[in-house]
Amino acid sequence: MAERSFKREVEQLRLGAGETFAGEGILAVTKALLQAGVAYVGGYQGSPISHLMDVFADADPLLRELGVHFESNASEAAAAAMLAASVNYPLRGAVAWKSVVGTNVASDALSNIASGGVKGGTLIIVGEDYGEGSSIMQERTHAFAMKSQMWLLDPRPNLPSIVDMVEAGFELSEASNTPVMIELRVRACHVTGSFVARDNRRPPLTVGEAAANPVRDVDRIVLPPANFLHEREKIERRWPAAQRFIAERRLNEWFGPAQDEIGIIVQGGLYNTLNRALELVGLSDAHGAARVPVYCLNVTYPLLPDEVAAFCAGKRAVLIVEEGQPEFIEHELNTLLRRADLSTRLVGKDLLPRAGEYSGEVLRDALLAFLAAHAPGRVAAAPPAPPPPEPELARTVPPRPAGFCTGCPERPIFSAMKLVQRELGALHVSADIGCHLFSILPPFHIGNTTMGYGLGTAGASAFKPSEGAGARRAVAMMGDGGFWHNGLTSGIGNAVFNQDDTVTIVVDNGYSAATGGQDILSSRAASATRRTNNPIERALRGMGVGWARTLTRTYDVARMRDTLKEALTTPEKGPKVIVAQSECMLNKQRRVRPLLAQAAREGKRVVRERFGVDPDTCTGDHACIRLSGCPSLSVKANPDPLRHHPVTAIDDSCVGCGNCGEVAHAAVLCPSFYKAEIVTNPGRLERLLARWRAALIGWIQARDARALAARAF
Amino acid sequence: MAASTAGERDRLTVAILALGGQGGGVLADWILALAEAEGYVAQGTSVPGVAQRTGSTIYYIEMVRRGAPGANHPAPVLAMTPTPGDVDVVIASELMETGRAILRGFVSADRTTLIGSTHRIYAISEKSALGDGTGAGERILDAAARRSRRFVGFDMEAAAAGAGSVISSVMFGALAGAGALPFARESFEAAIRRGGKAISANLAGFAAGMAAAGERRTAIEAAAAPPAATTPAGAERQARVLSTLPAAAHASALEGVRRLMDYQDAAYADLYLDRLAPIAARGEPVLSEAVARHLAVWMSYEDTIRVADLKVRAARAARVASEVRVGATQLLTVTEYMHPRLREVCETLPARFGAAIWHRPALRRRLEPFFSRGRHVRATRLRWFLLLRTVAAMRRIRRSTWRFAEEQARIEEWLALVAATAATDVALAIEIAATQELIKGYSDTFERGLRHFTLVSEAARRLTGRTDAAAQVRALRAAALADEDGHALAAALATAA
Repeated sequence: MAERSFKREVEQLRLGAGETFAGEGILAVTKALLQAGVAYVGGYQGSPISHLMDVFADADPLLRELGVHFESNASEAAAAAMLAASVNYPLRGAVAWKSVVGTNVASDALSNIASGGVKGGTLIIVGEDYGEGSSIMQERTHAFAMKSQMWLLDPRPNLPSIVDMVEAGFELSEASNTPVMIELRVRACHVTGSFVARDNRRPPLTVGEAAANPVRDVDRIVLPPANFLHEREKIERRWPAAQRFIAERRLNEWFGPAQDEIGIIVQGGLYNTLNRALELVGLSDAHGAARVPVYCLNVTYPLLPDEVAAFCAGKRAVLIVEEGQPEFIEHELNTLLRRADLSTRLVGKDLLPRAGEYSGEVLRDALLAFLAAHAPGRVAAAPPAPPPPEPELARTVPPRPAGFCTGCPERPIFSAMKLVQRELGALHVSADIGCHLFSILPPFHIGNTTMGYGLGTAGASAFKPSEGAGARRAVAMMGDGGFWHNGLTSGIGNAVFNQDDTVTIVVDNGYSAATGGQDILSSRAASATRRTNNPIERALRGMGVGWARTLTRTYDVARMRDTLKEALTTPEKGPKVIVAQSECMLNKQRRVRPLLAQAAREGKRVVRERFGVDPDTCTGDHACIRLSGCPSLSVKANPDPLRHHPVTAIDDSCVGCGNCGEVAHAAVLCPSFYKAEIVTNPGRLERLLARWRAALIGWIQARDARALAARAF
Repeated sequence: MAASTAGERDRLTVAILALGGQGGGVLADWILALAEAEGYVAQGTSVPGVAQRTGSTIYYIEMVRRGAPGANHPAPVLAMTPTPGDVDVVIASELMETGRAILRGFVSADRTTLIGSTHRIYAISEKSALGDGTGAGERILDAAARRSRRFVGFDMEAAAAGAGSVISSVMFGALAGAGALPFARESFEAAIRRGGKAISANLAGFAAGMAAAGERRTAIEAAAAPPAATTPAGAERQARVLSTLPAAAHASALEGVRRLMDYQDAAYADLYLDRLAPIAARGEPVLSEAVARHLAVWMSYEDTIRVADLKVRAARAARVASEVRVGATQLLTVTEYMHPRLREVCETLPARFGAAIWHRPALRRRLEPFFSRGRHVRATRLRWFLLLRTVAAMRRIRRSTWRFAEEQARIEEWLALVAATAATDVALAIEIAATQELIKGYSDTFERGLRHFTLVSEAARRLTGRTDAAAQVRALRAAALADEDGHALAAALATAA
């Protein structure tokens, strides 16, 4: 079950010709795939393409009707390898993942599929996680397209353009026997809009039919001598075929006047931002009526020498707007201009920032500089002067790093680790990809490196403490998502085989939580279409791990602390693995809340727990916050007029996970925390007992209050 | 076609700065639906992902009036991110996010209507400070008023709570009330109805937001008045405070007397005033106030008796019930997380016994296991309630406890240092008095605070006579609150020496 429901989106997948689809860019892709007669879809979840995977996962009945196979692949490598189905058969296939990291994982299979080529249209949907909101290294997928010679589409970020390019991408792939990548930036994936739908198409050949009638062509397998043949094919056949198709179908676009002394070449995905920048300097309007020629590259690889030459000919200077680095397109354009013997000055990264996202502001400023240098007098509207900076304000506004959610079961793991570090000294912690990576941020400050998804244990493998005084084991983190993605083999298997003396904590929260709560092998939810409930510890034992412990409640901070301490100090050799289990609170709340509300409505007994802090015993040291960082655990002005330091306070968002109380116990902090259990629809006996208790306690309290009032001020 | 310049374009842009979980996406959806229904082509973008876990995130909306049917107008080209100087409306869901919108340049004085909630959701850096790490909200309010075309600011979280709704609907109401979009109230409400979820609660929040957006913000609340005496004993001491202490110290001293009568008895409050008298006699109002404040806090140190006393009171039970929102037909049970160690138990015993046990290692080793575990004290159960009440009743023998003897000795030593210093350097004496703030918390936290207090006090003794002594001690105190492990304090002490 994913973090949000996609019921409405799944219904939209059924829209027929002439009806209007409304939604996000990445969801438009799901519909476009069905309209294109795709035979199979796969991928691995991750921002910004998770919703595509979630919608398909929820659309099982429709996919069955259409004969479309969908797979939640174990990794991007598995997804890319699945594209092998299009090598021998005219099957259209699509896979999706977060790039550049997913492309890295997939690259072995991608090189193979790109080498042998495809018969069926093959589309790789990459969510380019670059710029604001990105959580990964800032690299370009473009390099992969170039090195393996796969074509790269970068459509204008509006739904009709994206949908058209999905369809065109399959055709381009088939026309050139080459896999095609379609790149969607984060905001393009989540941009809202609409397009007029067409009917879904049943694939002309289903995967089942293909498997029943096998076709074999040894020339498509990467092994000598075919591998040498493939390289020639790429250059001599596939590349020209692709260029022909792109030119004939006019996949690239031209805007603005036909003739001018200047022009702009832009990646399709940046077109909207460029138009806004043009608008802000008075050279376009909200409807894209540019007054400077714009050549929009909806296909950023390969480039078409004839189109480039035709656009640049007669122009004094052309600005290339290309986000990210290295500036592959600019390099290629310069080569093309030299070959065409054109003296057009190409302006790019000498004027635009070499690094970082190209926002409207960045492009507006670059445009002004470009015009000032090459077409002075063309600026029709001067943008307003920027407001003066306010350094005082900059010091006042605090940063807001991401952190664990309210009630997150991963928090107590790091609270425990902090307590262990107090006793045993600082630890080297090899972090991993997932929510648990937030441990590197305040208030935990735990974690030294992260080397990729599922690679936490491998990242610690060099640290083999020698015996004797001062020896300290390295700790590795791994999420359940990363564990099944590759961590079981590259991490655990590696550590067992090499007898690494490290401690790994596998966070088993029941979902691939950071990517939106998708099910994985060890998920506890029952699934009609997938096999879940495969315990991680069983896999560990099967791999040869001798020392493994499964803790079924991470919120037991003291137990967590003691188990970690044992793992760090046990004389046993080889890897020590702790499986720390508690359900992802975000998903748990989504699952449980409606059920509890329903039960309460039906008159059943329901207990709600939440925590509180007594402001008159809290002294405002906030040690509890430094060991927790829970969003619901905050501060408020001290109600005591004699004290200035704010006191700790728990707000209404508390879900009663108990971590703060357990931490207060384990770290012996303070007696200010209390747990309140609020019982809705209590039983009769319970009510009677409570009334009796309350009456007696209330009577004593009233007497005490009178005594207090008598001796009071 | 005419060049579009600021002010005459047919395009409206709205940026929403929200924190994960505040319903920024819901708000954006309402605005999109509203614009579409009112004949605009609207586009929204967002960046879900890790930022939404708890970080701040931006939703961005653009809208352009739809062309007349049949008009040969290409579809509008709408931007994905806000450009500074080009944003018509900024909605920020929290005070510091309002500041962030200004910092990022989204707010311009000629164009932007800035709608910001003035409540605070503290960032981790503000929350985790050892003392007060919270940012200065007045600066944001000041900048918001100066740098926007119009600033609509009020506590939208409180408005939401008051209306039994959520902040997103209050923000939507504030947007309607600010009049920054050319749509009628009914159209806004229709968008909520079309959303189909929690309609009545959302409409209530919307109405609250819309009403508040039209009002002027009320001034900052007046400081709380000092307590007034309710008993003859109180009145007697109140008179003593008012007649013997400088006016600047009245509020703190009255609160001090009130607290110590509550904490122990009238005689203890008299001890407080006796201790305060020689300091006040120096005629230094700031010093008198500082000592009145810190002496009261110190004399009401949090021992086991005090904690139990506060936990069993009727007023506390009522506070908990209202804080966790117990309904009339619901039942409430409260569990306290307490962890008295052997040390605290010994401290609560008469000084002779407590110290005797503590100073016998063999006995300690045998007893400590009984106090090594945290206790879940179910204070709403009669048994636990009576136990806590028994501990609270030990107030009567507090003067004989080991902890009492220790604390009074420390207090006397500190007071003597303050008094002695005041003879030559009043500013330094004030700083020494304020150093008491380092002592707080329980168990390890208390011990750390006491250690830091001792170090700073000793440094203050050494620094006496230097012209910058007061500033140095102030800096040392800040260093003591900079980190838990005392690194900053150690470094500061090394340079101060």
